[in-house]
Amino acid sequence: MTHIFKIIAQRIALGFLTLFVISLLITFGVELLPGDLAEAILGQGATPETVKVFRTELGLDKPAHLRYLSWLGGMVTGDMGVSLANRREISELIGLRLSNTIFLGGFAASIAVPLALFLGILAALYRNTLYDRLVNTFTLTSISFPEFFVAYILILFFAIKLGWFPGISNVSTDLSLGDKLYRTLLPAATLTLVVVAHMMRMTRAAIINLLASPYIEMARLKGIRPMRIIMRHALPNALAPIVNVIALNLAYLVVGVVIVEVVFVYPGLGQLMVDSVSKRDIPVVQACSMIFASVYILLNLSADIISIVTNPRLLHPR
Amino acid sequence: MDRKIDHIKEELKSGKITRREFAQRLMVLGIAGASAGTLLTWADQAQAAPKRGGRLRAGIAHGSTTDSLDPATYENGFMGKINYAIHNHLGEVDHTGAMAPELAESWEPQNGAKTWVFNLRKGVEFHNGKTLDADDVIASFQHHMGETKSPAKSLLKQVSSIKKDGKYKVVFELSGGNADFPFVASDYHIAIKQAWDGGKISPNDGIGTGPYVLKDMEMGVRFFGTRNPNYFKPDRGWFNELEMLSIVDPTARSNALTTGEVDVIDRVDLKTAHLLARKSGIKVEETTGTKHYTFPMRTDTAPFDDNNVRLALKHAVNREEIVEKVLFGHGVVGNDHPIAPSNPFHAATLPQRKYDPDKARFYAKKAGGIKVKLSAADAAFPGAVDAAVLYKEHAAAAGIEIEVVREPSDGYWSNVWMKKPWGACYWGGRPTEDWMFSTAYMGGASWNDTFWQNDRFDKLLIEARAETNQNKRREMYYEMQEIVRDKGGVVVPMFANYVFGTSDKIAHGTMAGNWDLDGEKFHERWWYS
Repeated sequence: MTHIFKIIAQRIALGFLTLFVISLLITFGVELLPGDLAEAILGQGATPETVKVFRTELGLDKPAHLRYLSWLGGMVTGDMGVSLANRREISELIGLRLSNTIFLGGFAASIAVPLALFLGILAALYRNTLYDRLVNTFTLTSISFPEFFVAYILILFFAIKLGWFPGISNVSTDLSLGDKLYRTLLPAATLTLVVVAHMMRMTRAAIINLLASPYIEMARLKGIRPMRIIMRHALPNALAPIVNVIALNLAYLVVGVVIVEVVFVYPGLGQLMVDSVSKRDIPVVQACSMIFASVYILLNLSADIISIVTNPRLLHPR
Repeated sequence: MDRKIDHIKEELKSGKITRREFAQRLMVLGIAGASAGTLLTWADQAQAAPKRGGRLRAGIAHGSTTDSLDPATYENGFMGKINYAIHNHLGEVDHTGAMAPELAESWEPQNGAKTWVFNLRKGVEFHNGKTLDADDVIASFQHHMGETKSPAKSLLKQVSSIKKDGKYKVVFELSGGNADFPFVASDYHIAIKQAWDGGKISPNDGIGTGPYVLKDMEMGVRFFGTRNPNYFKPDRGWFNELEMLSIVDPTARSNALTTGEVDVIDRVDLKTAHLLARKSGIKVEETTGTKHYTFPMRTDTAPFDDNNVRLALKHAVNREEIVEKVLFGHGVVGNDHPIAPSNPFHAATLPQRKYDPDKARFYAKKAGGIKVKLSAADAAFPGAVDAAVLYKEHAAAAGIEIEVVREPSDGYWSNVWMKKPWGACYWGGRPTEDWMFSTAYMGGASWNDTFWQNDRFDKLLIEARAETNQNKRREMYYEMQEIVRDKGGVVVPMFANYVFGTSDKIAHGTMAGNWDLDGEKFHERWWYS
């Protein structure tokens, strides 16, 4: 078992290194964009004089590497700093947005993952039947459309024509959980349609791949029911690739939903990051990208650990 | 007879009789035909008298997480509407385009409009209960003067001193006469806020004297406020609660209105406005204000330093077609000067410049042929790229070659506007001629985006500013509009209407056109019918 802890420790150390490199890339990437926050905020009203005063006020007159170092110093001690644009604590700014994003991602995942596994297993069981074809066609169609299109179609039918759901997801903090779920069902459904195909097809493929193995043939010869073969014998061995795809899609549900946020006017982290990039609010961009990167690293790490733990050959290497 | 009519009018107003009974009584009195019609229209309006109550929910096309409550940073429509919800100013532009008193009860010019005395309204309270006095006004102005990032700084450069004279009187000394100073002093940036200890305002406190008290604010997402119970205007601020959501995506905004999630949206997508208007329960309304879209040329850069080139290009654009195709008819054609039909001294008698390929060809020949680049991005104004492409086609008919350069929207104002020789731009416009001209047409002005300088124009501008005789002023402003039209560096193809959608439960009086949504004061002026 010590073996696995060693791997985790190594991965976490590597993760921090990745975060560091990402922070460098982001800072200097944003630095390369034309204009800075003072010009972006003042817009048409930017005259050399007002821009100069604003820059001094923000500390933007200092060179980029010094600003980066002071940011890094703060980050190491857990202080994300303040937004350049409105002087608010970034942790406070991000708190609500992050919880909104995680809520929506979690809601979508709790529909999408079980649904994808269920459909995938059934598709493997009844492979090459009409059901298999239908499921494949439907999920591939929904993944092929751009997200905003899927979202607009759902809005058209469920919000405008039928009036069952609100056309925008206006969630404020004082809503009850039920209300929140009701108001975010359409965006969650959109995300579900977008991610289900990937996971479903990987489940189906991984299982079918194993069904050709001799031990499955043995099981079949012993007369075990097909469903039991898949659930007891094939699925545990197929878990590693499935878990990897699920982890990738979960990460997508957290970091890649900005378009769905815009269409449904849902106040999530993606919107915050896009706003901050367009206004060159570097500390906020940094904080958001650190969160997104951490989500990716953590989810990949858990996927790796799960595939190691479920595979005795990897868990007890010779 | 008149007394009888007055009597039943009174009864209707107080709700003693219905509209039907009112009509019956008119018949009894023997009134029919046109005069009865007028009275019935009056009856409808009387019954639609403003009512208090309800929560107004608005979907606004602007708003960003980087917004801040500091009045010196207001640059988008979301903050503009919050500004007018929580703050007041010395004066406000009313529905006729005139300056009406707000926190100042009255004002008077002295000494050839070089000294301005503002008499403040007594007994106005801030949301925290403090009473407004001259110190607050002075501190609010000082926030935009001296070392400041405020764009209002250049406006207030003309102010040489601000002094108080007693608790409710503020005296401004200007470096030169300015008959329009009340407009300047009521600029939207200069929100009147409370002076704290040390004589400075606290720019981010969100406290003002306005119709709504800020309760909850998430930048770029939502504003929530409740009615200010001590609001000093008895006939304004009808809603109990105000909720504004930032809905930047036009389709999402239309959806929010059609599904009843909001009652008002601004910036209706012009392409689909006619479809939205067809939907039952929804009204699409528009106001014509001072907002105009321009193509400024740098007159200090070849080939635009040659007036023949400028005249050729001014004759080479079909304004009607651009209004029809880019604004979908929601606007009026411009006459190559920035003064809007709603401005007080708009030169309506100045002949409208027409699309004339022959004249364009004539001037182009004089200039020795024209081949230019036109930079555009939709950041300049919605449809700017389409307008530029149309322009290119119109000019081609006159043998003028325009290459449309599509610029990135991101960073347009810092990298393209006033940098590239010819580009697209928009102006919200200004309520007075002097303000508009001083901002962007006076030689050396910081937003003079055509880098244009005309001695006669500059001289007239200074003279007209201090002139208090309205007729003389009118003459001067007419001449200046003509100078800009014929010698200036700007092509003004159109004035764009503000187009917005409301639910039919919303009622309002005659609307102001100085900004979007009734001068950004819809929350204060409208009500639920």
